[in-house]
Amino acid sequence: MRLEPLVQLLGPVALVVAVGVGSTQVSRSLQISFLDALVSVAIVVAIYVFVGNSGVVSFGQISFVAVGAFAAGVLTIPLESKTFVLRDLFPLLRDHTIGNVASLLLAAAVGGVFAFLVGLPLMRLSGLAAGIATFAVLEITHNVLREWTRIGPGATTLSLVPETTGPLQATLGALAVIVAAFAYGKSRLGRMLRATREDPAAAQATGIDVHRQRLWAFTLSGALAGFAGGLLVHMLGSITTEQVYLELTFVTLAMLVVGGVTSLWGAVVGALAVSGLDSFLGRAEEGVDVGFTLDVPTGTRLVAVGGLMALVLILRPSGLTGGRELTLRRRTA
Amino acid sequence: MRLLAVVDAQTLVDAVGLGAIYALMAVGIGLVFGVLRLVNFAYGQLVMAGAYTLAFTSGWNVVASIVACFAVVLALSFAMELVVFRPLRTQSPAVMLVTTFAVAFFLQAVARIVDVRDDTIGESASSLASLRRAVSIGGVDVRKVTLVAIVVAAVTLGLLALLLARTTLGLHMRAAAADFRTARLLGVRADRVIGAAVLLSGLLAATVAVILTVQAPLVTPDFALKETIVVLVGVVVGGIDRLWTATLGGFAIGFATGVINGALPTDKTVFLPSAVFALVILVLLLRPAGLFARGRAPVVERT
Repeated sequence: MRLEPLVQLLGPVALVVAVGVGSTQVSRSLQISFLDALVSVAIVVAIYVFVGNSGVVSFGQISFVAVGAFAAGVLTIPLESKTFVLRDLFPLLRDHTIGNVASLLLAAAVGGVFAFLVGLPLMRLSGLAAGIATFAVLEITHNVLREWTRIGPGATTLSLVPETTGPLQATLGALAVIVAAFAYGKSRLGRMLRATREDPAAAQATGIDVHRQRLWAFTLSGALAGFAGGLLVHMLGSITTEQVYLELTFVTLAMLVVGGVTSLWGAVVGALAVSGLDSFLGRAEEGVDVGFTLDVPTGTRLVAVGGLMALVLILRPSGLTGGRELTLRRRTA
Repeated sequence: MRLLAVVDAQTLVDAVGLGAIYALMAVGIGLVFGVLRLVNFAYGQLVMAGAYTLAFTSGWNVVASIVACFAVVLALSFAMELVVFRPLRTQSPAVMLVTTFAVAFFLQAVARIVDVRDDTIGESASSLASLRRAVSIGGVDVRKVTLVAIVVAAVTLGLLALLLARTTLGLHMRAAAADFRTARLLGVRADRVIGAAVLLSGLLAATVAVILTVQAPLVTPDFALKETIVVLVGVVVGGIDRLWTATLGGFAIGFATGVINGALPTDKTVFLPSAVFALVILVLLLRPAGLFARGRAPVVERT
């Protein structure tokens, strides 16, 4: 195997492993930030699989994170408490509980199937229409999850979910998503989809079915997003529908855009950079000691992330990494 | 038919009032889209900024307070054009949408910081509270502000129609909306047309801010966010490519929301948003140009 593609995989892997190892060396409160960064990597890479490779903007991928999170969450709450707190559930959901790994696989399956069904009609759209239609999907998912108490907790908090996403599971989970995204990117399907991104007409002329290629990527992206949702709910232990809605959509899109939409390296770098900044400012809102006591007003986090995202889009639309994969060769500009 | 039976005159008037406000916002969004091909997700934050200005100046004379509201919204509108829209002109519509999404969140976060300085979230804008009182017209109780909304919307839209149809600037704006590049070749000054669109959409946002704060005086950082999303839906369903279909779409969704909310008990409307957004997807798939537009050509995207 040539060295070049290997570097493209090993770069992101090394970063994630470093963060994973780092998370075992810090205090409990700081560890949460590290785990959060790893789960963010999983979500952002999942979004990248579709948005990055196809060039079609989607505001809807957090829907798949949401269904994955609630599927994994609802089915892992211990039976004795579930029949008590979630009485309205369908008997199938209420009377069964599955293990941690099984719940993650289930989350991936639910996310993938949902994305496939949604994508079937929606992948015919592109540009602005796709952006608005996927936004509509997010709204519908949020509305149904929030109001339908037979499939979940509704507007109340889903709690008592086993907190199994520790350093090991977060790292392995993020790595699994990265490897899947890398393998897809290097596959025939991934190359065909990127061809449609660069020039839809030319790609069609060479016999590529744009609709079908986008649908594959959308489905894979949905499955990975569902899986990441499973990681998320097992990290948090309790979750509400509001946590997998507009703000998460915004923050994860910001991560992808800041890093560089068109590369796996960009997705990983963006997720880690923005989530690092986010955590730091989150702590600074409480007052943090950095030689002197830094205390910023509550809400600075979102101002900084929003401002950063807008700035990058305006000044450097291809992101921090320029949308390129990691390479050892020096670029000749 | 059961639905129609419970829709009384009261509900109808309120629904028209809501439709009027949404129509104003739809025009504000549609004007900018026409010349820039940019869906401004951050439009609601212009309204929000205006509402905060009214809240912070509620101790002032009413006229001064409203003038301040217009000044702030217009300044923000132009700042947005200069800092955000202008550098993005050559980008794809999707990139522009994502950017305005970021700007919306940014402004909302700034508003939150400004708001919680007094340790409470939400500010009250009460200078025009007298407009909330109801008057009785033919047995129907109508809040004055509903009448104001309907009249202001009718007058504003009428003036705008005149401006677009009868003046040179209006002609330039219509030409730019139809084909920006050709219009420029024929001597339409791009910056002037865009400036006019930004100015008008800012004026409309400030007007909406005044009306909305009378209806709901508690101003929070997500003020007008829900309205913007609903109006965007209406605009796309109606047909964003033409101003009048966009306006009609905005009015229709406001009117429909008003009627349905007035006619059905709350527990029957919990899935209403899902139905509305499913309709959006359906329209985008079947009639990409919009429900009220002729033909089925998709929204023209500038390349």
